[in-house]
Amino acid sequence: MEEFEVPRPPRTNYLNAEYGVKSWLLTKDHKRIALLYLGGISFFFFIGSLYAMAIRLELLTPQADLTQSSTYNKMFTQHGIIMVFFFLIPSIPATLGNFLVPMMIGAKDLAFPRINLLSWYIYMLGGILTIYALLAGGVDTGWTFYTPYSTTFSNSYVIATGLGIFIAGFSSILTGLNFIVTIHTMRAPGMTWFRLPLFIWAHYATSLIMILGTPVIAITILLVAFERLAHIGIFDPAAGGDPVLFQHLFWFYSHPAVYIMVLPAMGVVSELIANFSRKNIFGYKFVAFSSLAIAVFGFLVWGHHMFVASQSIYAGMIFSILSFAVAIPSAVKVFNWTATLHKGSISYDTPMLYGLGFIGLFTIGGLTGMFLASLATDVHLSDTYFIVAHFHYIMVGGTLLAYLGGLHYWWPKISGRMYPEGWGRFSALIVFVGFNLTFSPQFVLGYMGMPRRYHTYPADLVSWQVLHVLSTAGASILGVGLLIPLIYLIWSMRYGRIAEANPWHLPGLEWQTASPPPTQNFYETPIVTSEAYEFAPPEAKEVVGRFERQRPVKI
Amino acid sequence: MQSSFPFIPESASTLSGDVDAVYFYISGVTVFFTTLISLVVIFFVIRYRRRNPFEIPRPIEGSTKLETLWSVIPLVIAMSIFVWGAKVYFAEYRPPKNALEVYVVGKQWMWKFQHSTGQREINELHIPVGQKIKLIMASEDVIHDVFVPAFRIKADVVPGKYTSEWFEATKPGRYHFFCAEYCGMNHSGMGGWVVVMEPAEFENWLSGNVSQLSPATAGRQMFESLGCASCHGANGEGGRGPALLGLFGSNVVLNNNQTVRADEGYVRESILNPQAKIVSGFGPIMPSFQGQVNEEQLLQLVAFVKSLSTTKPETPTTKPPVNANVKPSAPH
Ligand code: HEC
Ligand code: HEM
Ligand SMILES: [Cu+2]
Ligand SMILES: [Cu+2]
Repeated sequence: MEEFEVPRPPRTNYLNAEYGVKSWLLTKDHKRIALLYLGGISFFFFIGSLYAMAIRLELLTPQADLTQSSTYNKMFTQHGIIMVFFFLIPSIPATLGNFLVPMMIGAKDLAFPRINLLSWYIYMLGGILTIYALLAGGVDTGWTFYTPYSTTFSNSYVIATGLGIFIAGFSSILTGLNFIVTIHTMRAPGMTWFRLPLFIWAHYATSLIMILGTPVIAITILLVAFERLAHIGIFDPAAGGDPVLFQHLFWFYSHPAVYIMVLPAMGVVSELIANFSRKNIFGYKFVAFSSLAIAVFGFLVWGHHMFVASQSIYAGMIFSILSFAVAIPSAVKVFNWTATLHKGSISYDTPMLYGLGFIGLFTIGGLTGMFLASLATDVHLSDTYFIVAHFHYIMVGGTLLAYLGGLHYWWPKISGRMYPEGWGRFSALIVFVGFNLTFSPQFVLGYMGMPRRYHTYPADLVSWQVLHVLSTAGASILGVGLLIPLIYLIWSMRYGRIAEANPWHLPGLEWQTASPPPTQNFYETPIVTSEAYEFAPPEAKEVVGRFERQRPVKI
Repeated sequence: MQSSFPFIPESASTLSGDVDAVYFYISGVTVFFTTLISLVVIFFVIRYRRRNPFEIPRPIEGSTKLETLWSVIPLVIAMSIFVWGAKVYFAEYRPPKNALEVYVVGKQWMWKFQHSTGQREINELHIPVGQKIKLIMASEDVIHDVFVPAFRIKADVVPGKYTSEWFEATKPGRYHFFCAEYCGMNHSGMGGWVVVMEPAEFENWLSGNVSQLSPATAGRQMFESLGCASCHGANGEGGRGPALLGLFGSNVVLNNNQTVRADEGYVRESILNPQAKIVSGFGPIMPSFQGQVNEEQLLQLVAFVKSLSTTKPETPTTKPPVNANVKPSAPH
């Protein structure tokens, strides 16, 4: 890419403003806190991935090879718990969101910097407690903690793990609260609601779910703990309780939680698609409001996880029709991203490759949701590998890809260095291929009838093993594809090319300050006079030539 | 369970074809839209690739017309899937008349089946082809689930109530069934075979296995040994407690003037938690038998109470069967 400015020698920025462990552990700077989160989240992602590899290896053959069933059950449970509660839920909001929400709206920091730091400590405390539970003996209930197995029958560390999740939930609530207040009160002059980048809209919608939904899961976990300790009889039928009540409470949070995981990813992808095709997003307001629609209507469809759980057929029908309805705003987003590419100037940089990959995989993930929202087919597919494939398409194909894309996109801003572009593109390709090879066979497996959470499967079903072997092969490729960025991103922090303030030549506010930014983000409060993604004035003709709206960087 | 196409599961029940039809319809929609989006994206990405590092394309405003179009078309398609899926599901869950009933009890980690003629089986279920079979299912511990991929049916087995599912097999053969709700250590081992036989062969199998009492007869013995007879009469004709003759399938008036349909779930609740619903004209004197009978014995008592109403159809046919703890309109 052509250079617009000569890279500057190092000057003071948020990374070198202070030194020492204490300056990090007591920092109130949202950018440093984002990096603390990045460290924590990467750690948990790494642990979760080790479990995933072990699961895939075990499934290579129909019989038990590596572990006993009790260990296998702990592996998939711990994989799920770590990935959902300690990676996916905090991933984008706590790292990219924390770093960028203030920068994108032209603020110096979040509204409550101390609470922001507190949220990291709470997250780590919850995480450490959970890791302790895993080391002490582990937990084997599945990440869904279904009763009465979790309350009465499991002999594993349910309470300690639950407490870890309970505590980590508060960090979500605090982060959500911080974002909402910041977005409401700290926008720079001229930054009206409809000038906000879509990343901000997505985080606003996510924050609403975090605040409204998380208390429900917190209470539910407490009830499970009480039931285990004191046997109060809420969920245990022997004591007059109702085990299905748990599923209602659990999914009342956990369905919206899937949108906590994917809405920020949609925000990232809106940024990637618009910026790397140098176009304003097609249908800005529709994309923005579809996030809110998803956040609100996502609370009305939890029962679609319980179509075969002895729910009445009439309840099933209502949840089914609502689930179909909630898919529409997601479809609208996909169409708008695609339309944004039309007549753009599309670059093939790594972040854009991830963004385009997201569109494809999220489309598949969303469309396969239809099989599960439709009652007749869900009866067959529920609790099979089809479910596993569906949500991995959304959460790995969607959220993880967007996270990686976002990380590459903002890496120059975060670290002040460029990542190696060639390696970036190469690994994005490997991830895409590996991912599809891992999870597309699982759709077929599910249709064939392979139940999820199975340690062994019948040896007479040869096609099942063929599909499992494909899936494990894909997982190995995916693993390599994820290790490469881990290595070169760390490498680039020291050896990467020094990044310009605005290496991609973009109009977003976060690019109008130095890379890495100073502690106070901007040298002077920016004044916003244009829409988001305004590369050219709206009245401009086909090609308006050289991009001129860059602000000079003051040093 | 392997069919002639290696990656399509065997289809062996009257409804499996209907489910597959919906499945293929949605597959068509999925493939169509995935291909459409991918092709358009690939086309744009190649056609509008950045040719010059300084080019700035002309901004394009959104279009409300297009937005409406691509909201409404998916919505219409989605609704068509909903209607079709719901229709098939309704058939899947509405229990048919004159089904052969099989009692199923799941416990960590095995399945026990009992035919109405008394035969018991473990992890294997023999049934005749071309005959509607209804499973009435209970769990002794955690939630399990009976899933027969070849029949495309699945239903959770929830402790504390009865759930049910039905099917009619169309081809003799051996079909895998699985527990599809995670239930602890040996969950993946908690499955077995459904053996579908020609009717004559099935009769043969039945007569080779008659060593046990039928559930109703076993239930009658328990009715006496547990002392139910002292209140309800030796033949269920009534006494201090209401008559049980003709009870099953009828509408019971309660002391709060509500009516309840007496199905398996109601009888179950009457035995385990008699205070929950008191029959009009009687006092709350019936003791609870919670803890004194296990799920299998409970099913036998229910079978006995049912057998006292054989003048009526075996199962209520106008409405789906009812959960114990849930309102009467709830199925399974
Ligand atoms: C102490 C006397 C007594 C004994 C023993 C007793 N019952 Fe009852 N039962 C009653 C009374 C009184 C009622 C009506 C009040 C109510 O609904 O609780 C009743 C109600 C019922 C009903 C509901 C009847 C209806 O018309 O709706 C069923 C079914 C039943 N009993 C079955 C049993 C069975 C099975 C046993 C033995 C395991 C049993 N009972 C033992 C007194 C008794
Ligand atoms: C776009 C429309 C979507 C529809 C119609 C849809 C539908 C469904 C349905 C009905 C189920 C339950 C299936 C069952 O248990 O039998 C399900 C499972 C799941 N979905 Fe989706 N989904 C959609 C999008 C998403 C998104 C955006 C996410 C996450 C970001 C997601 C994550 C999940 C997860 C995690 C599960 C499985 C949970 C579990 O049982 O462990 N889905 N989906
Ligand atoms: Cu859901
Ligand atoms: Cu099981």
